[in-house]
Amino acid sequence: MLSTPIYSSGDRWFGRINATLLAVFALCTLYPLVYVTALSFSSGAAATSGRVWLWPVEWTIAAHQHVLADKMFWMSYANTLFYTVLGTLTSLALIIPAAYALSKPRLRGRRVIGFVIAFTMWFHAGMIPFFLNLRDLELLDSRVGIIIAFAINAFNIILMRNFFESVSPSFEEAARMDGANDFQILWKVYIPLAKPAIATVAMLCAIARWNGYFWAMVLLRDEDKIPLQVYLKKMIITVVQTEEAAGAMATQAFSLETVTGAIIVLSMIPVIVVYPMLQKYFTKGVMMGGVKE
Amino acid sequence: MSREPVTDAQEPLLAVLRRDWMLYAMLAPALIWFGLFLYQPMWGLQIAFKDFSAFKGMAASPWIGFEHFATLFQNDQFLRAVGNTLTISLYSLVLASPVPILLALMINEVQSQGLRKSIQTVVYLPHFISVVILAGIVMAVLSPTTGLVNNALAAMGFDRSYFLTKPEWFRTIYISSNIWKEAGFDSIVYLAAIMGINPALYESAQVDGATRWQMIWRITIPSILPTIAVLLVIRLGNVLEVGYEYIVLLYQPATFETADVISTYIYRQGVQGARYDLAAAAGVFNAVVALVLVLGANKLSRRITKTGVF
Repeated sequence: MLSTPIYSSGDRWFGRINATLLAVFALCTLYPLVYVTALSFSSGAAATSGRVWLWPVEWTIAAHQHVLADKMFWMSYANTLFYTVLGTLTSLALIIPAAYALSKPRLRGRRVIGFVIAFTMWFHAGMIPFFLNLRDLELLDSRVGIIIAFAINAFNIILMRNFFESVSPSFEEAARMDGANDFQILWKVYIPLAKPAIATVAMLCAIARWNGYFWAMVLLRDEDKIPLQVYLKKMIITVVQTEEAAGAMATQAFSLETVTGAIIVLSMIPVIVVYPMLQKYFTKGVMMGGVKE
Repeated sequence: MSREPVTDAQEPLLAVLRRDWMLYAMLAPALIWFGLFLYQPMWGLQIAFKDFSAFKGMAASPWIGFEHFATLFQNDQFLRAVGNTLTISLYSLVLASPVPILLALMINEVQSQGLRKSIQTVVYLPHFISVVILAGIVMAVLSPTTGLVNNALAAMGFDRSYFLTKPEWFRTIYISSNIWKEAGFDSIVYLAAIMGINPALYESAQVDGATRWQMIWRITIPSILPTIAVLLVIRLGNVLEVGYEYIVLLYQPATFETADVISTYIYRQGVQGARYDLAAAAGVFNAVVALVLVLGANKLSRRITKTGVF
């Protein structure tokens, strides 16, 4: 923090204790994930007899093979990819133009519209009226419903608008000189300038899509349409809570525990892979939204 | 929706529309979306005051005033859910919300850039894990026969216990797993606030011979107090929004006693039991109390720290 720190011995001890405590916290954060991964690569017998602590015991990929052989796993994976990609694009297509318009001080009615949008962050009708509304719109058990009904979040519009507001008006003026209209200015000037902000919003939307399960569980009846998280819920939670399945599944090679571990690991892979790339965006996102509000 | 009170109407509306019709065209899809998916349900809130019959439809169902609310307040399950909601939120507020602040203060004190980056990378990660996976991990770790915790207990000579069926353990499990998932990520906001502190303050404190401990207490914490207040207001406003998506996965009839909250009650009554009117009434109660809490917390924050959300 400071360029020439001159620390007393007390301060040095403070630093060491602090770093140690943090390292312990970080290890505690990592440990459950390591444990579940180790479980997934252990034999059913080792998991059932409680011999797994940190490393796989009696290494095997039987549990993973068992999960990968399930057609529903792949189907739900594909569904999630579909919802995530199309859902995020839909969100951006709705959010970006709206945020651009709202960022223009000359827009008549700007404050009223801004309030109408922000109000939904503080008050919403709740689960039941929302559900009945979707039923009336005939969006139950529909892929379109999943994509459209959860496309916008007021916070994301505000985030995007804040960014557009910070763009110098001279860009717009220059483009106007060349005879560009608002659509062209948004497309050719603002969107290229806003790439980092768009990436942040896209990331927020995509993460919400990838991880969301509740409404997909409530709305979708057809097994062919369910996303990964609903499949996971079925496999991990429902199965564990009805425990007779545990005995039925236990073989030498894999058990309920190792299969659960394998499902968890296999579904986390994409998140773990993109996570390092996301890091710079989410920090930015939190600051853009949090500090300015 | 695009009409505006005629305060600064130097230009006639027609001229404004001719000039800015493209901006309104850009706004239109989003505004239609808000109307269709967020404002239309508010109209549907009326069923909380009606004897709703799916056969007659929303408009034709007869009004019955506050009857559903009276029913709710005589219902032990609902009252229990209200109590549980408040208890869980209060515990989270007291036990979970200081953790990210502490974490931010500690991360800020780490001198080595490498260590700092790796700690941040690790503690932010669980935020990106879904609640379904979180519940799966919690179940794996707490499994009575094979879970880590019970294996450790057994190794130390204690009895194994099926924690997830024990009402007295539910809050502990819920709150600690939430801390595991969100504390790191929530610390980002505080870290950002700390980064915004003027370095000159620390430099002059150092010249005066202040220790790092003193600098934390005299400079860092007072400087981020407004951020803490604002986030506390937001949290208080969401006190009734206990993470039902997560609770639905984690609770079972054996733990309803401490785990069932208003929103899970609404889910069971409404979505699973199709008692839409009663569940909507519970939702109205929830929303009104939440609104009162936000406004109250905001007022409190304004009085104490001179900052608020509104």
